[in-house]
Amino acid sequence: MKRTNNYITAYFEDDDDLKVGIKSLLEKKVTIHDVLTPFAVHGLDHLLNFKRSRIPKVGFISGMVGGVSTLLFQTWVFTKAWPLNIGGKPFFALPSFIPVTFELSVLIAAFGMIAAYFISSNIGPGSKNVIYDERVTDDRFLIIIDLEKDNSINDKEKIKEILKEIGAKGITIKE
Amino acid sequence: MYVSPIREPLIKGEKSYQTITDEISAPIAGKPGPLWYAGITFSTLALLVGLYAMGHTVWNGIGTWGANRTINWGWGITNFVWWVGIGHAGTFISAILLLFRQKWRTSINRAAEAMTIFAVICAALFPVLHLGRPWLAFFMAPYPSTRELWINFNSPLIWDVFAISTYFTVSLLFWYIGLIPDLGTIRDRVTSKGKKAFYKFMSFGWTGSAKHWQRHESISLILAGLAAPLVLSVHSIVSMDFATSLIPGWHTTIFPPYFVSGAIFSGFAMVLTLMIITRRTLNLQQYITVNHIESMNKIIIATGSIVGVAYITELFMSWYSGNIYEQYTFLNRATGPYWWAYWIMMTCNVISPQLLWFKKLRRNLTFTFILSIFINIGMWFERFVIVVTSLHRDFLPSSWSMYYPSITEVGIFIGTFGIFFTLFLLFIRFFPVIAISEVKSVLKSSSEKFIKK
Repeated sequence: MKRTNNYITAYFEDDDDLKVGIKSLLEKKVTIHDVLTPFAVHGLDHLLNFKRSRIPKVGFISGMVGGVSTLLFQTWVFTKAWPLNIGGKPFFALPSFIPVTFELSVLIAAFGMIAAYFISSNIGPGSKNVIYDERVTDDRFLIIIDLEKDNSINDKEKIKEILKEIGAKGITIKE
Repeated sequence: MYVSPIREPLIKGEKSYQTITDEISAPIAGKPGPLWYAGITFSTLALLVGLYAMGHTVWNGIGTWGANRTINWGWGITNFVWWVGIGHAGTFISAILLLFRQKWRTSINRAAEAMTIFAVICAALFPVLHLGRPWLAFFMAPYPSTRELWINFNSPLIWDVFAISTYFTVSLLFWYIGLIPDLGTIRDRVTSKGKKAFYKFMSFGWTGSAKHWQRHESISLILAGLAAPLVLSVHSIVSMDFATSLIPGWHTTIFPPYFVSGAIFSGFAMVLTLMIITRRTLNLQQYITVNHIESMNKIIIATGSIVGVAYITELFMSWYSGNIYEQYTFLNRATGPYWWAYWIMMTCNVISPQLLWFKKLRRNLTFTFILSIFINIGMWFERFVIVVTSLHRDFLPSSWSMYYPSITEVGIFIGTFGIFFTLFLLFIRFFPVIAISEVKSVLKSSSEKFIKK
């Protein structure tokens, strides 16, 4: 997610406090840019009104592509490219094509989902994402509020007050 | 929060999010003890022995092994099946227990998955070396060759190539996806410049954004859903290498489920062997509790009993089939020249795990550790019995033979232990052994501190 250069950060030390804090911020019409947490806090995606992730769909589509193309390839090999008579058995031996079809569906689905995950989250080898607070991966739950795009820059004192009210710590304004 | 009193806490002691980070990442930040150095020295030596033996095999050919024309799948395939089986526990813990929402998996899934990956590496070496001309292994890939001939997709041996390589790749990806947030934690804790750069690269720019977590959770769930049938398919296909043949003792329809439960059985034994040592040496007793050990022992008794039933079913079916060759094979297994291998297998895999019905023994670490070694040995002998005793009585009595492993084969087997333990020791030194972020996510529902409240 792209962020402007004017923003406020503040953190909580507990996931339940964080959820309460986010609720009251949203009630006061403050738009939250991002929340950074040390682990997957359940219910946070509903609170922040995230859409459902499309990764399962990517997995389904890439798995289908992998499976169907593997099945077609095996069929082509044994019926068109080089029909091999093995003890008079049918050339199109569907049951024995299933294992490889299954394995490659899983493999391609996994690759597809991971590619989608890395690209959409901008993570991967050599990624240069900004680290806001080194303790986010330890025990801090950080809220980032953008002052240009999502909220008005003139609101910064007001937002600061609200953050103080809900018990957020380490309120910092970056300009 | 109300938790039933029979549910023991999964995390002991007064833990906060920060103490979890501190305690689990302590081995990475600190210097390893003399035990670690001793371990890595031994395992590297074993690895070197293995490399020498492998080089010897590749240079001089498969004649350096004890395999003969009657028993052409000797130790090589026994070891292959044994190592692949061990890998299965890792995927069972990380995928199947995730789908069943078992919270106790969070403390052991990381190490078990690492074990899976290392075991599959060891396993894959054997069929490749058994080719005799390992540089021609690419013949198994479906590439457009000048002969215009494709590989035989009807063969279980080719299915195995696809199954093992997919299994390895998907396990590796699944493991690494879970590691990324924890590597981010380590990145933000280490101070030296070199370490910082290393973990910065390895953590793939992890920030902990809520949106990333949502995707992380989603991909973990779907990958678990895919890995669960995958793990079952892998050992089913391995079993079909035997079951689709015409050898009495091999061509039984019970093989796929019997192999899968045997694999999970042996894998859990190896997880117990490793975790009982790891929790002690890295001071992780409060995360990998006796309760965790007991849960694993319960899986051991379940899968061990399935294996026992499978052995007895095989005996019954050989009698019931009315086929004299089938009957002879099984009678010969139990009373023939390899009777000792059969009875080691029976004692270690069927009789000894039944002791786990006693709660006292399930929760006894020394007993569990010794039993886990017994099961590891027993499961190796199971594969030895299947491979060697089924083959050693050929269709022609003039071809009957015995199997004597050569020193080169023993060297390769020792070498795979070297590879396995070297990789495992490097893993516990440089990576978080317990999934830090996952343990934090169950802190409020399953730790001693919060349950008491």
